[in-house]
Amino acid sequence: MHETKNNTEVAEPTQSKAPPSGGGGGIGIIRYGAGNIFSLTAALDRLGIAYGMVNTVEDLQQFDRYIIPGVGHAGAAMKKLESTGLVPAIKELKKPTLGICVGMQLLTSHSEEGDSTLLGLFPIKTLKFKDSNLYKVPHTGWNQVYPEKENLLFKNIPSGSHFYFVHSYFIEYNKAYTLLSANYTNQFSASIWRDNFYGVQFHPEKSGVYGETLLTNFSKI
Amino acid sequence: MLSKRIIPCLDVKDGRTVKGVNFVDLRDAGDPVELAWNYSRQGADELVFLDITATVERRKTMVELVKSVARQINIPFTIGGGINEIADAEALLNAGADKISINSAAVRNPALIDELAKAFGVQFVVIAVDTRAICDKNVVHLNGGRLPTERETLEWILEAESRGAGEILLTSMDHDGTKAGFDNKLLKIVNDAVHIPVIASGGAGSVQHFVDVFEKTNIDAALAASVFHYGEILIPDLKAVLRSNNIEVRI
Repeated sequence: MHETKNNTEVAEPTQSKAPPSGGGGGIGIIRYGAGNIFSLTAALDRLGIAYGMVNTVEDLQQFDRYIIPGVGHAGAAMKKLESTGLVPAIKELKKPTLGICVGMQLLTSHSEEGDSTLLGLFPIKTLKFKDSNLYKVPHTGWNQVYPEKENLLFKNIPSGSHFYFVHSYFIEYNKAYTLLSANYTNQFSASIWRDNFYGVQFHPEKSGVYGETLLTNFSKI
Repeated sequence: MLSKRIIPCLDVKDGRTVKGVNFVDLRDAGDPVELAWNYSRQGADELVFLDITATVERRKTMVELVKSVARQINIPFTIGGGINEIADAEALLNAGADKISINSAAVRNPALIDELAKAFGVQFVVIAVDTRAICDKNVVHLNGGRLPTERETLEWILEAESRGAGEILLTSMDHDGTKAGFDNKLLKIVNDAVHIPVIASGGAGSVQHFVDVFEKTNIDAALAASVFHYGEILIPDLKAVLRSNNIEVRI
């Protein structure tokens, strides 16, 4: 996928109206200029999940958990993330942290997109789908996901539920880290999990009721 | 498996839906957001909003519409109509649109596709193509099918793909409004020739037409307007029939 422009944030709310539940600070969304997050914050608003923006290392402290969003080119996204100075602190995070789409790919060690070195929180790779007459790339639309492990992130979501994907690069299947698998040209990781770090390749904010369930689950992990 | 997508299309003017809608449970059938919400609850996989506002305020009304939809709808949606430049597209992206659909502006200035793909990613750029047969040749038309161009349909679609189109929305003007079925012959030719998703449009009149288009062309998605708006086809019924024909759908 092509590089995505660093968008202005005129239309985006920077803080939820909802008060943080349980006295905590809600979700901190890591802001590094990789794509628009209006739909994500709109979903959190609908669900009554508190959130705010993380622009600096100091901002991290006020939140209970974090989301790393992202669309576009993984290598370009990594460069932008590095330029914020947040990378060392992100690697040390101990609170639940969810990468979405390219934000999930950043958690892996390497992407074939731009031959990029990424955060390396998961010792697995992001690879490109092989284009063929049978399979179109980007992988676009609703595909089924299957739990490989028990985890609260997937609570109340049946195995085989559909989620909305748009991506040309995927994270390889790995028995140790794959939380949800999906199939396209090959089996791949629709979700990964290690300690407090989670990633989803699909867009929960665009995946109907089950996508909203997943975001609610994350807010309670 | 990746599902075939069912996409209702809403025509919008000045922030209101234009064509009448026969939903019994709607308070306001002209409110595009309420309609969109209703379709998402019925199981629509995606929505397309075609904005035909012609006033100077058009970008502002489109942005307001997109923001309202993004706030309340939990499925992906595309907005099209009169997007002529990068600034139009950027405003819609920032308001929460998942994709934009470009038609005439791309034919008049094909380099716009390259610019949009580079700026926002190929997944954001849908190229809408209105086609009509003239003497056994498929020809790209503009202005809702009234104005023929010099471009042959398949040749234009392949150029659009190579420039960075992420998806093709192909409307057969010969079939549109006939309710006699999709143009399966042309759709198969196009779908076999490209490596990006293709949405079939024009001609849906019955559930069987959707079964036919998926079985005969293996297209990725099918779009319709009036059969959904007037309640002639209910999405849950349509999907049940598709599934009973072994066509993968999200239920």
